[in-house]
Amino acid sequence: MNFWLELIIKLVAILGFVLTGALVVIYAELKAGSHMQGRIGPYYAGGRWGWAQPLADGLKFLQKEDLSPIGADRTVYGFAPYVVMMSTLAVFVVIPFGPDMVGRDLDLGIYFILAISSLSVLGILMAGWSSANKYSLMGGLRAAAQLIAYELPLVLAAAAVVVQAGTMSMNGIVAAQSETWFTVAGIDIAMPFLLKGQIISFIIFMIAVVAELSRIPFDMPIAESELTMGYLTEYSGIRFTMFFLGEYASMIAFSAIAATLFLGGYAAPGVPDNLANLVGPGVMLLKIALIVFVIIWIRWTWPRLREDQLQRLAWFWLIPIALANIGVIAIFKVVF
Amino acid sequence: MTDLGMIHRSESAVSIELQTPDMTLNIGPQHPSTHGVLRLIAKVAGERVTDVEPVIGYMHRGYEKLSEVRTYAQITTLVNRIDWVAGFASEVPFIAGVEKLMDVEVPPRAQYVRMILTELARIASHLVFMSSYPLELGATTPLMYALREREYILELIEEVTGGRFHPNFNRVGGVKPVYGGGSMTKKWSLDLPEGFLQRARDAMDRMEQICDDIDTLVSDNELIKMRTVGVGVIPRDKALEYGLTGPNLRASGVAYDLRKVENLLPYDEIDFDIAVRTGGDCYDRYVIRIEEVRQSSRIVRQAVDQIPSGPLQTKVPRVLKAPRGQVYSRGENPKGEFGYYIVSEGARMPYRLKIRSTSFSNLSILKWVLQDALLPDLVAIMGSLDFVLGDVDR
Amino acid sequence: MSDKQIRFPFRGLWEGMWLTLKTMLKPAPVTMYPQVQEEPVPRARGVIALDVEACTVCMLCARECPDWCIYIEGHKEEQPPSKPGGRPRARATLDRFDIDYSLCMYCGICVEVCPFDALFWTPEYEYSEPSITNLLHDMDKLTYWLGTVPEQPKLEKS
Repeated sequence: MNFWLELIIKLVAILGFVLTGALVVIYAELKAGSHMQGRIGPYYAGGRWGWAQPLADGLKFLQKEDLSPIGADRTVYGFAPYVVMMSTLAVFVVIPFGPDMVGRDLDLGIYFILAISSLSVLGILMAGWSSANKYSLMGGLRAAAQLIAYELPLVLAAAAVVVQAGTMSMNGIVAAQSETWFTVAGIDIAMPFLLKGQIISFIIFMIAVVAELSRIPFDMPIAESELTMGYLTEYSGIRFTMFFLGEYASMIAFSAIAATLFLGGYAAPGVPDNLANLVGPGVMLLKIALIVFVIIWIRWTWPRLREDQLQRLAWFWLIPIALANIGVIAIFKVVF
Repeated sequence: MTDLGMIHRSESAVSIELQTPDMTLNIGPQHPSTHGVLRLIAKVAGERVTDVEPVIGYMHRGYEKLSEVRTYAQITTLVNRIDWVAGFASEVPFIAGVEKLMDVEVPPRAQYVRMILTELARIASHLVFMSSYPLELGATTPLMYALREREYILELIEEVTGGRFHPNFNRVGGVKPVYGGGSMTKKWSLDLPEGFLQRARDAMDRMEQICDDIDTLVSDNELIKMRTVGVGVIPRDKALEYGLTGPNLRASGVAYDLRKVENLLPYDEIDFDIAVRTGGDCYDRYVIRIEEVRQSSRIVRQAVDQIPSGPLQTKVPRVLKAPRGQVYSRGENPKGEFGYYIVSEGARMPYRLKIRSTSFSNLSILKWVLQDALLPDLVAIMGSLDFVLGDVDR
Repeated sequence: MSDKQIRFPFRGLWEGMWLTLKTMLKPAPVTMYPQVQEEPVPRARGVIALDVEACTVCMLCARECPDWCIYIEGHKEEQPPSKPGGRPRARATLDRFDIDYSLCMYCGICVEVCPFDALFWTPEYEYSEPSITNLLHDMDKLTYWLGTVPEQPKLEKS
């Protein structure tokens, strides 16, 4: 196939998947959140169950005036949402939805993801600084401190998986989880890494993911009751939509990474290899949906932490535990 | 020693070099966490609040002055708008003061109805607190749960009085929903609607259930404990110094409850406990209100069981004139001591009405307790004091 | 309050999540307002209805209103004598009876002081208006509300 044609197809597919996925997740959040609170949530838009509510919201945001404060640094202010969005989109390049259904199977897949996803902190810092608003500034600084602090546990937890899998390629990690671990009564049993002793890494990874997403209980950067909306305070219209979509898209991205690293990715037990490309995306979406639901569920149940408690959690607990965890896993890897 | 001294000197030199001026952060009057229009001018060094200056008065409606040109019957419609989340509770001390001035005896059944409705108002007010306080800490769901249950309480109040928030149910000499003074409608206003007592009992079951739910969702939540335990501690002597009353005072370990001290309402015939906690921190101020809802539901159950029969209203002259004199009458509002100082010159209207509103007095400690708090704690502490801006500014 | 018992670490977090999950699976206690209308209690103070026939233009309501939102005008009319040969009687007739609901505090003092049962509360609530001036209800509108006055509830035995 022509290289450029393939590139365009892949780009469109990824973009389409990310945008529809973000809308679906927004809808799921609206609906699940309302029902957890004993409400109904969106009901009228689209005729049934309010399925078109995120679309309608998006259209409404597009019509809004794109305001920027007088004191704002216009260039930086205007550019910030796109930096956040780009760093999220780029993650999807290496996430595999099937043995061949992957944007690009890099040898350093997980490394690429961790590097590129931490770019979003730049965009957030830009937004906070350029808004010329004290709440935005504090929100931006909080976000920077938080994202940098939680980058470490995220990397360390992923490193534990890398150690066990022996590869950094995302496809390689999935393959490592679908190969036979042991055989009982003639049946080959493959296990995802979550059940192969990575439970601590998984928990640390999930905590770090929620913190990276700045969602409750780690949503201090936009803490509504303290900083009104943090770095988002001054944004409106299309730029706010960008931030908003970016937030939910990165929720899908991180869920996809967690699903790949710990839940076996597109692999499902009992699926023959020749069907993996067909069944794979469905399995993957199911696993993503599961993790996304848990993140939503947490958001509608728990309160938020304080800034210093958040830092203490990262530096005093998560990072030492993650380091010890890597050590233990490395020892097991060498011994067995 | 010299080395240490040098290190110390160099460190201080660095910190002088890096000294930055404090940032002035203007919080409010329109801000998600100020419950209305309170404005705080905070000086912050990073996340730490070094100084805070509350600015009040954005909601001043001049009720004390308005009362001077309104008759006693009209003033009850004003006073239940002061603390609107517990409208009934602020009516009672006023009307009791007027009754004291005029020397009117209130029938016991009316007193019991007043007591039941005051406790319902207390539950409603505390439910608002239980819903809004977790919101300050970022938990949105308790808001919906508690407000859902509050609807049952408001429905009960509406069923009897006709108003959900502003009951205007107290008359000098008794209680009465507003129905015509004519011969036809007079008989409608004789008593509580049928089945109210049973519905009140059912609602109390719900209240105990929601207390358990909120306990599960909020009080037992480790994150809430991390945010509130040991935060914003008001020691016993400071609480007394600043004149805190109500749950805020009782959370600091002072068992002082006007329901046991004053005799406006027949609380002495009811068996209930004063909820006291000793920590004086945000968590205690939160938990004590849940405990008070439980106690209030105990009071309502007993009052509903032993409500005496009789009329709801004594005979009073059609034109109410209080004799010359003055009286201070106070009652236990959900937020604390709520008092009215009524000066009468013998007219249909008071000469002067001084309102001792609870939230205003409770807010006076704000500057002290917010000293050196962190910015997120500022929100937590402010929320835990449970004030209503209408009650602050009057 | 079970903070004195020994608890599993983070038990509170999971219990809270269990509660929200249970709530999610239960049907939401919601009244779908425009389609389903809640029945207000009979005593609810929604809007004031006027019985023009009963009103004697005594002005008590307008005088006792705490924010003076009732506007009344009337005139005396000569009525034919009830018995032939008797004196003609003067009867007060309403020309204008307006209640400004943008000012009204819904205290109900007007209803309470009316000595001739001309004013009633009804629990109707759907009369919001895009323009504040339309909240001034005139005699016709107040008379229309008279049809919505509910039966009063039975009373608790005392």
